[in-house]
Amino acid sequence: METITAKPVDTAHLDYVLRLADSALILGQRLSEWCGHGPVIEEDIALANTALDLIGQARLLLAHAGMLEGRGRDEDALAFLRPEHEYRSLTICELPNEDFGRTVLRNLLVSALQMQLWPALADSTDKQLAAIAGKSIKESRYHLQHAADWVVRLGDGTAESQARMQHALDTLWPYTAEFFAPTATDEAAAAAGVGPSWATLAAGWEQAVAPVLEVATLKPPARTPFLSRGKEGRHSEHMGHLLAEMQYLQRSYPGARW
Amino acid sequence: MERQEWPLWEVFIRSKSGLDHKHCGSVHAPDAKLALQNARDVYTRRMEGVSIWVVKASDIHASDPDAKPELFDPAEDKIYRHPTFYQLPDEVNHM
Amino acid sequence: MYTQAIDMPQGGKDETPHGPRSLKDAEYEAEFDAKLARGDFIEPKDWMPDGYRKTLVRQISQHAHSEIVGMLPEGNWITRAPTLKRKSILLAKVQDEGGHGMYLYAAAETLGVSRDELVEALHSGKAKYSSIFNYPTLNWADIGVIGWLVDGAAIMNQIPLCRCSYGPYARAMIRICKEESFHQRQGYDLLLTMMQGTAEQHAMVQDAVNRWWWPALAMFGPHDAQSTHSGDSIKWGIKRISNDDLRQKFVDATVPQAKVLGVTLPDPELKWNGERGHWDFGPIDWGEFWNVVNGHGACNRERLADRVQAWDDGAWVREAALAHAEKQRRRDRLAA
Repeated sequence: METITAKPVDTAHLDYVLRLADSALILGQRLSEWCGHGPVIEEDIALANTALDLIGQARLLLAHAGMLEGRGRDEDALAFLRPEHEYRSLTICELPNEDFGRTVLRNLLVSALQMQLWPALADSTDKQLAAIAGKSIKESRYHLQHAADWVVRLGDGTAESQARMQHALDTLWPYTAEFFAPTATDEAAAAAGVGPSWATLAAGWEQAVAPVLEVATLKPPARTPFLSRGKEGRHSEHMGHLLAEMQYLQRSYPGARW
Repeated sequence: MERQEWPLWEVFIRSKSGLDHKHCGSVHAPDAKLALQNARDVYTRRMEGVSIWVVKASDIHASDPDAKPELFDPAEDKIYRHPTFYQLPDEVNHM
Repeated sequence: MYTQAIDMPQGGKDETPHGPRSLKDAEYEAEFDAKLARGDFIEPKDWMPDGYRKTLVRQISQHAHSEIVGMLPEGNWITRAPTLKRKSILLAKVQDEGGHGMYLYAAAETLGVSRDELVEALHSGKAKYSSIFNYPTLNWADIGVIGWLVDGAAIMNQIPLCRCSYGPYARAMIRICKEESFHQRQGYDLLLTMMQGTAEQHAMVQDAVNRWWWPALAMFGPHDAQSTHSGDSIKWGIKRISNDDLRQKFVDATVPQAKVLGVTLPDPELKWNGERGHWDFGPIDWGEFWNVVNGHGACNRERLADRVQAWDDGAWVREAALAHAEKQRRRDRLAA
């Protein structure tokens, strides 16, 4: 049980936590769309499991963010009632699923990032954040394994699957630049011992992802100046539609009990 | 192109240390790794401390000790009486 | 439950084999009958009459199809669930239904059909699924009502099936029943919460109840007098309790639950009958029911189209997985 601190809201600290929370929330939302539509029932269940894990992570992180903020907002107030520009999720999370290949590739890229973050957060000066990170490691490790296996299966499967996966990689890769582009939040959070600057995670992430892509016979495209900025609240056109759907009931029936 | 089905795997779960593995159903998967993951997702719903065995159904040999000797056909040593998941050569796949 | 209304014999055709049988067959059948009389289970390796096997394949697979198609009306609201807790609960419930479908396909496969064959039968329209899933989910309260009434009706039918004579089906049903009680409770809890909310929410709940009550009653299948079930299903230990008996049981259990919720069941003829010790209820509109079963309901086309699309869209994935597995096998052989 947390006590509300009396000190002023530390924007960078809050921002850092929201980045983790919102990325889990939005990616969980996208994955939940697969329920009933997977390529085989077993994968329907697997994707739903991943979505459940991510929404679970989002709930813990959002509740914690609400405490840090100290304005009395709980997990649902944050999830359903913020305007678009206040979400700190990585843009890659809000992109439409398109097909199963692009979905598992995105899971690989994002869970590989989470697997760089959770262990590093064990030493956070924010004890609650460290606890949430500790709980999330096992889940994200499983997500990473499942996604990596599928990227290999599909990359090194048939000619058609390889073409689709290469196309997916060409589309998603540019959005990974955002993961490691440092902002003021990264600097401040690192200085306060809340967590590492995400810029420092690039090498470890590269080491985890590159071998998988290689075995999958996939080649990342060359880096371009493209930089998405979802973690700064500047999202793609997809976010508006996603939020319109997600927030619909809470927005339409203020004051209702669910 | 002839569409092939993912092979059938039988799933055995030990839910707690000290217990035996128990047969609890089957999954379809193209390889053992995915069979294990699918079995975990479907039959344990992410429970901790669980041990899972998956065996290709076609690799299981069975006897039926309760059957009367006259009723027991010694050639029938597979677990299902009407197996469709055994790979027949393509030419006879429609029998 | 999902099988009551859909397990109709095919135009009265009797499925017990006729004509000359071998002496061995007669022995096998005697042993089979003796097992049933003793209350023993029939297992996959056992001899069984062809009619028994065919009936079970149809019933189990259609039950499986119902679970899978049943993911769609509820899945329709996952992305719009009003709180993160409700979203998680709904996702878990729909995921359970997928799992139940898998248990049932696995049970059907022990009888010598492949899952792909069964799915093909569903997609081509040859196989049926429970018609309750051809109705639309139009507001969030529908999710609660499905849990309360539709799953409630399902539980009522599934419990006797736990003692079905065919071992794999009975075991699948035991597993399913264990997971099912959470579904009904969560649905009821959802409605209770809404009924403690705003006037608009009350209206949503009442509207959902108005739309789902009669279809839920029809889930138990035609009246016993109209049911042309052969005695075989009962003799074979597949069907254990009559449609009307189950339906009455369901009404009796549900009326007090509706009272606690504070909703009105849309039946002006609903009345306690002290003599019978049961609730009397009004006539079911069987015309409407059969229209929906025969394909003319609100969602029949969409439900099947969704499943066919998921299957077709996923073909490249399934093929790639097999191709990769084959490549791995060859590599392992070369490396060995």
